[in-house]
Amino acid sequence: MPAWMSADLAIQASYFVTAVLFITGLKRMSSPVTARSGILWAGAGMAVATAITFLYPSMTNYGLIVPAMLIGSVLAWWSGKRVAMTDMPQMIALYNGMGGGAAAAIAAVELYRGSTEGYVTTTLAVGGGIIGAVSFSGSAIAFGKLQGLITRSIRFGGQQVLNLVLLAAALVLGALVAAEVNSSLAVVTGFFVLALVLGISMTLPIGGADMPVVISLYNALTGLAVGLEGFVLNNAAMIIAGTVVGSAGTLLTQLMARAMNRSLGNVLFSGFGDTGGPATGAVTGSLKPIEASDVGVMLAFASKVIVVPGYGMAVAQAQHKIWELCQLLIERGVQVRFAIHPVAGRMPGHMNVLLAEAGVPYDLISDLDEINAEFETADVALIIGANDVVNPVARTDKSSPIYGMPILNADKAKNVIVIKRGQGAGFSGIENALFYLDNTRMLYGDAQKAAAELIQAVKAVG
Amino acid sequence: MTGMVALYIFMLAAFTGYEVISRVPVILHTPLMSGSNFVHGIVLVGAMVALGGAQTPLEKAIGFLGVLLAAGNAVGGYVVTERMLEMFKASGARRRGSEGPH
Repeated sequence: MPAWMSADLAIQASYFVTAVLFITGLKRMSSPVTARSGILWAGAGMAVATAITFLYPSMTNYGLIVPAMLIGSVLAWWSGKRVAMTDMPQMIALYNGMGGGAAAAIAAVELYRGSTEGYVTTTLAVGGGIIGAVSFSGSAIAFGKLQGLITRSIRFGGQQVLNLVLLAAALVLGALVAAEVNSSLAVVTGFFVLALVLGISMTLPIGGADMPVVISLYNALTGLAVGLEGFVLNNAAMIIAGTVVGSAGTLLTQLMARAMNRSLGNVLFSGFGDTGGPATGAVTGSLKPIEASDVGVMLAFASKVIVVPGYGMAVAQAQHKIWELCQLLIERGVQVRFAIHPVAGRMPGHMNVLLAEAGVPYDLISDLDEINAEFETADVALIIGANDVVNPVARTDKSSPIYGMPILNADKAKNVIVIKRGQGAGFSGIENALFYLDNTRMLYGDAQKAAAELIQAVKAVG
Repeated sequence: MTGMVALYIFMLAAFTGYEVISRVPVILHTPLMSGSNFVHGIVLVGAMVALGGAQTPLEKAIGFLGVLLAAGNAVGGYVVTERMLEMFKASGARRRGSEGPH
């Protein structure tokens, strides 16, 4: 008995230390100066908790635990090391889904075993199970969409009704288990299958433009599921870490949805996100192309240039070339700033990560509120693969689906140069009025190639 | 731990998460989402305990899957967060020209 007692004390003390390390780590990650060390603190917490858990009393199946840990770790390590920065959003979705799946697996093992005692604990296990399973299959669909494995959004009439029916059916089976009316193998299995199908069916109709919000939501849901399973297992580290992530993730999701001027319900249930918007009639004028050499001269003699990157820059991996171009301009005495819209790219901060990868110092990078007043004094706004986030229609056209979304005021700059692959509409499918303005010129081509041409053009100015 | 104490822990942890995130600049949103994704990888310890107590082949199979997925969450979350944060340097700290680290 004494050996058990001391093992238990060591475990509880270690979990306490882990909780402190996690919260400190997250706190440090919320400032650019200390962010780098934040992940090390959190990593140390994870190492402590994992190591001490091997001492859990009455643990068996070490022959299964160790190989499972090794396989999961090696696969994740390998994929995490080689993924390109541009593909980061879908990798986060994938790892997040794995966490949700693990929470659901814990619930499944405990419910199959019938080891949960009392209605409260069983209800928590069921709740964590359905949330974890939805997060698992939903994140897998989000990964498939962003990775290009699922190219279209599947929508049909009555889809929301079907989702409600699935949810209701899963809840009924869950209630049967929780109320200890029927905890048979078939009922528990049916419960999990329904939850998994619900996650798929909820996520399929959501368009790619809304994926950042969805990934963030599933991140929060996984946290909540982990917290709930922590109650079931009486594990303080899981309760604290899961709940902290659950609430932090919820806040982050709200911040993102607000930046897009959408409510969360709107994202989940409206189906907007990649269908073509009908509001094309309001746009007048023509697209005016320009040569790279002319843009080079314009940039070289400007006093202030604001660069607005978007997903097009990420796709073309143009961030290195763009920074090279900007350094040339800075050497010539041009004031260069980067303006980042909160939802540019596929995740908030996605552009910042890519620019950081290229070596752009973060003090040259400004967000919407900081930079918007400065466009009026800028000689050139250089738009690189951004579209909806600079569409002035959001300010003026009440019929537009993006009406009311805060945008970068690129149209206020003296000259607007748009680097764009072709003449297609943005991710939302809405025609961009900015491209038709009198002070806008279009530079067609792949962002990386266009940036290389601009570098040559600026050098040629001498 | 009694139910009420657990409820208090839940409430305090929820406020902590909210406070930690509420003043974060936009440039750190993606790394922070990734970091919080790593933190819920703590589900690994629960998955270990669940598999450690599994008896039937079905429970063992699901428990095995749970540990595998949880380890993937923790390790993958750590690796990508670390890679992203590695790149955040102020202009004073880095003046190395156009070539990034990769």
